[in-house]
Amino acid sequence: MTKRYLDYLDQLEAEAIHIMREVAGQFEKPALLFSGGKDSITLVRLAEKAFRPGKFPFPLVHIDTGHNFPEAIRYRDELAERLGEKLIVRNVEDTIKRKSLSEPKGRYASRNALQTHTLLETIEEFGFDACIGGARRDEEKARAKERIFSVRDEFGQWDPKRQRPELWNIYNGRITKGENVRVFPISNWTELDVWNYIKREGIELPNIYYTHERECLVRDGKLMAWSDFIYQEPDDVVVRKQVRFRTVGDMTCTAAVESIAHDIDGVIAEILESKISERGATRIDDKLSETAMEDRKKGGYF
Amino acid sequence: MDILRFITAGSVDDGKSTLIGRLLYDTKQIFADQLEAIESSGRLNEDGQVDLSLLTDGLKAEREQGITIDVAYKYFSTEKRKFIIADAPGHIQYTRNMVTGASNSNLSIILVDARKGVQEQTRRHSIISSLLGIPHLVICINKMDLVGYDEQVYNQIIADYKQFAKKLNAKDITFIPVSALKGDNIVEGSELTMPWYQGPSLLEHLEQVPVSQDFNLDDSRFPVQYVIRPLTAEHHDYRGYAGKVISGTYKAGDKVTVQPSGQTTTVKSVELGGKVLEEAFAPMSVVLQLEDEVDISRGDIIVKAAENLEVAQEFEATVCWMHNKALKPGAKLLLRHNSTETRCVVRNIDYKIDINTLDHLEDVDQIQLNDICRVQIKTASPLLLDKYEDNRSNGGFILVDETSFATVGAGMVSEIEF
Repeated sequence: MTKRYLDYLDQLEAEAIHIMREVAGQFEKPALLFSGGKDSITLVRLAEKAFRPGKFPFPLVHIDTGHNFPEAIRYRDELAERLGEKLIVRNVEDTIKRKSLSEPKGRYASRNALQTHTLLETIEEFGFDACIGGARRDEEKARAKERIFSVRDEFGQWDPKRQRPELWNIYNGRITKGENVRVFPISNWTELDVWNYIKREGIELPNIYYTHERECLVRDGKLMAWSDFIYQEPDDVVVRKQVRFRTVGDMTCTAAVESIAHDIDGVIAEILESKISERGATRIDDKLSETAMEDRKKGGYF
Repeated sequence: MDILRFITAGSVDDGKSTLIGRLLYDTKQIFADQLEAIESSGRLNEDGQVDLSLLTDGLKAEREQGITIDVAYKYFSTEKRKFIIADAPGHIQYTRNMVTGASNSNLSIILVDARKGVQEQTRRHSIISSLLGIPHLVICINKMDLVGYDEQVYNQIIADYKQFAKKLNAKDITFIPVSALKGDNIVEGSELTMPWYQGPSLLEHLEQVPVSQDFNLDDSRFPVQYVIRPLTAEHHDYRGYAGKVISGTYKAGDKVTVQPSGQTTTVKSVELGGKVLEEAFAPMSVVLQLEDEVDISRGDIIVKAAENLEVAQEFEATVCWMHNKALKPGAKLLLRHNSTETRCVVRNIDYKIDINTLDHLEDVDQIQLNDICRVQIKTASPLLLDKYEDNRSNGGFILVDETSFATVGAGMVSEIEF
């Protein structure tokens, strides 16, 4: 008898495809949240595997803070074009104007929290009942407790005490009108799994994931990409560094890491060597309090 | 490299969190910033070292109130394997959490305190693991440092456990003496402290347990999740059935039957992402194209013709009740099995299972949160079921409240009536 052996990446892929198809089968108006970062790029590849040669049963939706890396935005538009899939972009800028929201000020100013307002507005505007996202349980301790189908109330709020138990491969997506479900197909993947998958699949990424020279502000020991959006103090020092990004989010809260990795093998080698976790190395927003991520999730963040 | 999914059981006092912390720490899966976070909490263990149990600490509400919310998932890998840990709290009031974590696990680690031996807790966790059909049990006899690494203590606990385990449906039981606190026999061996022990360390065992054999490759079951119809010029007549091979194998040329309609046809091709595959086997997610135009929709199951799966509306099941509102005979609920959802009624509660002894308690009129019972169920539409013990992937289902849509029960098919 032939030995039937499924590599771990194939197993993770099969699980994620199954989850995406459950979304397609159980919901009327799903969406895939797409930021141009490596995790959501992975989701798009998984959607191709789940639904080709058909079209995706959902649009790609980007909540644009207006403070994104131009490389990621360019990649986003080219990808949607190449795939022939629908892309919906909603801007945090518009929400700020329409709702007269105040922008956070000062040293740690970021639109990261305001993104939640635009996300919830967009969900309401299109009546999305499920939003697929690229969050992983290995990122953060609050996310380690997250279900794959995560029910949110009409305010988008996560209530850890109301979570539904998830058994076998059966996902309960039943909701009442107004509620929605956030779905995380790559929950069981780690940062390294994502990179190994990108390598195996030969997926192209925005070039900021690989080493390049960039002007950076040194803040709390972290390298912040110098841009018009970043808060500056008189004694801030701008340095030129050889860096890359381990995660790509809003420019105001995503730090670069010093790196010489110019290709995917170099990136994987660096992650294997790294003594700092992905979010620990790169995210300013998680450091603001012990439960920053948990609090954001309760407020409707994904 | 493959994946081993396992659950850890045992009360907090048995050193479960320390064991997980030790596995992560000694395999160098803990990052400096995460370690710093627990160091800065200022809590040290009795040896004045960082308290590794804090690594599994979760949410604010849990830390504030000392409550534990459902299952947390942890990840680590070695050169040989990727590991997914379902970290479920162990107290009796958390049976539902253990059932949740156990449903996807291939292996259960049950911790026993060497000073206390086999306890009610040990029996309970072993029984739940056995009911959920977990193929591999590892009994970790922990805190060996506190009994002077005494071989006699270890042997006595094994003897006691084996006596109890006779009534379990457990195929593979392994015993390992460890000290999670000191790190003996977790990742490294224990030549210095327990030279009398010749077996593998816990990690070595976790790396070796054969998991590929845990997939049922005999009974072919393919529940259809979604029908792919591109309706483009290039793929005008294309009709692909998207789903997961939950058990068995499929290849082009296989004669198949579509249930519940009973129509037969042949597999034209097996595909993934638009590319043709030679064969699909469990647990792959693929697309099947069929030779004939048959009427198939989400929820149908494509089986190999020779295996003619039976269609049933009445069956008996073992149910773990997961909700505060008690379950009473006559209760109407939604039942979700694979991609199918149907209404059902719980016609009768046959008995409740004492999860400390496996005894049957009869004449029960209602089932409370965390109880496990045997019930008779009748469904509104026909289901394509296997017995859980024959096919773990096609024998499990969940029960959903009709109005709140909460998941209120986990069920395993035990007898099917035709």
